[in-house]
Amino acid sequence: MTWTDLKSALAGEGYVASDDLAVALQLALSLGRPLLLEGAAGVGKTEIARTLSVVKDTKLLRLQCYEGLDAAQAIYEWNYQRQLLSIRAAAEDGETGKAVEDRIFSRDFLLERPLLAAITQDVAPVLLIDEIDRADEEFEAYLLEILSDFQISIPELGTIKATTRPIVILTSNGTRDLSDALRRRCLYTYVEYPDRATELAILKARCPEVEARLGEQIVGFVQKLREEELEKTPGIAEMLDFAAALMGLGIADLTENPAVLQATLTTLLKTQSDQAQITIEIAGRIAGKAA
Amino acid sequence: MSRVTKFAGRDPGPAARVAGFIAHLRENGLRLGVAEADLALAALSEVDAIRPDDSRRALRAVCTGCREESERFDDLFNSYWMDMGRVKPKIAPTESSPTSDNVHSSRDAKGEDVGASGSSTAPDDQGGEADSDGTGKLIATDQPNLAQKDLREMIRPEEIAQAEEVARRLGAALRDKRSRRRIAARKGDRLHFRKTIRQSLATGGEPLRLLRKKRPDRTPKMVALCDVSGSMSVYAQVFLSFLAGLMRADTAADAYLFHTRLVRITEALRDKNTMRSIGRMSLMADGFGGGSKIGQSLMRFADTYAKRFVDGRSVVLILSDGYDTEDPAMIADALAKLKKRGCKVIWMNPLKGWKDYAPVADGMAAALPHLDLFAAASTLGDLAALEAELAAL
Repeated sequence: MTWTDLKSALAGEGYVASDDLAVALQLALSLGRPLLLEGAAGVGKTEIARTLSVVKDTKLLRLQCYEGLDAAQAIYEWNYQRQLLSIRAAAEDGETGKAVEDRIFSRDFLLERPLLAAITQDVAPVLLIDEIDRADEEFEAYLLEILSDFQISIPELGTIKATTRPIVILTSNGTRDLSDALRRRCLYTYVEYPDRATELAILKARCPEVEARLGEQIVGFVQKLREEELEKTPGIAEMLDFAAALMGLGIADLTENPAVLQATLTTLLKTQSDQAQITIEIAGRIAGKAA
Repeated sequence: MSRVTKFAGRDPGPAARVAGFIAHLRENGLRLGVAEADLALAALSEVDAIRPDDSRRALRAVCTGCREESERFDDLFNSYWMDMGRVKPKIAPTESSPTSDNVHSSRDAKGEDVGASGSSTAPDDQGGEADSDGTGKLIATDQPNLAQKDLREMIRPEEIAQAEEVARRLGAALRDKRSRRRIAARKGDRLHFRKTIRQSLATGGEPLRLLRKKRPDRTPKMVALCDVSGSMSVYAQVFLSFLAGLMRADTAADAYLFHTRLVRITEALRDKNTMRSIGRMSLMADGFGGGSKIGQSLMRFADTYAKRFVDGRSVVLILSDGYDTEDPAMIADALAKLKKRGCKVIWMNPLKGWKDYAPVADGMAAALPHLDLFAAASTLGDLAALEAELAAL
């Protein structure tokens, strides 16, 4: 499979990838390297993992990172309740010592969290580690071990080696700098906001019922809006919401009714100051330019 | 239109060329190890390496690690592989190249020399209008200055480094404010009994996992407002480098400039590239060195940004001489409004350092009752000396 095949396969599932992204993804697949995607919120970083799992017909395991995420929630945890129950039951049966210990520290009592689950699948899954920049640095260190060796050591049980190598995709919004060690282990792509043609293709793939003329207006409008100084630049998901809102209201032309256009802007502008900045006149002017 | 570089016939082959490319990137400040050369070759064998664009994309994915590198990559790729068909005489890097020192700094490696980028576009307009020598009387003016001053001329990176140090120390003096209450934390100094007991229910009443708590740091947030009107232009250099240093030292800090208008420069100063950030700042400070409307600017601050960024844990630092063209009552109103948000207000006035200075300027007199600290500051040294006073706040 070359990257163009991959690109068209992704497009078949409704994801329009840029050439850069397709090549990087193809390399990540063929070289078995994790792929680190950075970019603004709403450019489709998470979506690519989901689409890839559909294309590859495999499971998607998602690990959403947050501050304070620790090994127990990301890798594995012992099932304490079952262990305790088991100890009590054993005590009643008169079973003691080594036998109980061996039993309660076996795989049956291990709760798999996404990272452990990802390396013990029969078919290589897509492992999405979302917003890695939100996790603490110590968690990054755990991740390094797993991403380079694809094995996890559990003190009570020994080392678990990967049965299959998952396809790893990491995303980051750049709220903090990732360590060089992590960057080095990954292939890297910065996902930009799509250009006009790409965004049109996305709109066509996702909302085929939007008419060509309105579609061009929508995309033109959103592209122009991104050039304004906004606090939160609208992403692709917002653009699709905007299109859906216009469709729902049965609007065929952006310029025809400024009041309705202004009302639908709630799908694009997500902070109060942005909404205050794009007044009805400005929205009308941008729509006029985009048309 | 083959723009592809022709390599000398005697060179050892594609692997060496790729190694040469990696060395070329390394010389230009990208942090690449030996393993990357290997990976780059593997990547090239996965794509159609004959097609330059495919190779470019593949090598970009392998060799870059952050956005800046990704943006620079095209140029670096072109300069090595797309040399307009010229023959590259030698692909191995020269031994004497002074690489290791500028590996950390993308700016230097780019060859975009600091001085050169500043002066090539900037008009030479030093010794401008309000260049006070201390003998004349300073008066405020409400004329906006239309001539743009390029701040890059005035601020040197070394000063920013120095200012960063000062700002860091000031920040530390303000910072050591810990809460009395404890909250749950992963690395706490005490046990969090309530949580531990609650969690132990899940394990049949055995407290298997001990949870901890600690006193969180309630770090005060610095908000700096710098007056860049004509009367302040003598001190602007110090204060602006202080602002730039502050933003570098403290990621939670917030900075604004005002003259006849108020501009938020926080985003501009967050730029990692020092000179670029100052360039952006000078664009935003359009009208720099003109008149001053302190009251109006402070009022606007209190009405807009303060609502979002100022709370009881903020320290608002105003760097101004208090010469205002507007009604001084407005300054008082604005400060009163600001104080209601629970913040501390510190006013640093460069003129206070003068002998026999008294805050007679109407604006300054109106402001005094609302200030937590009124201090002199005209050099970085003065600012640094404030450490003790800030700690006492």
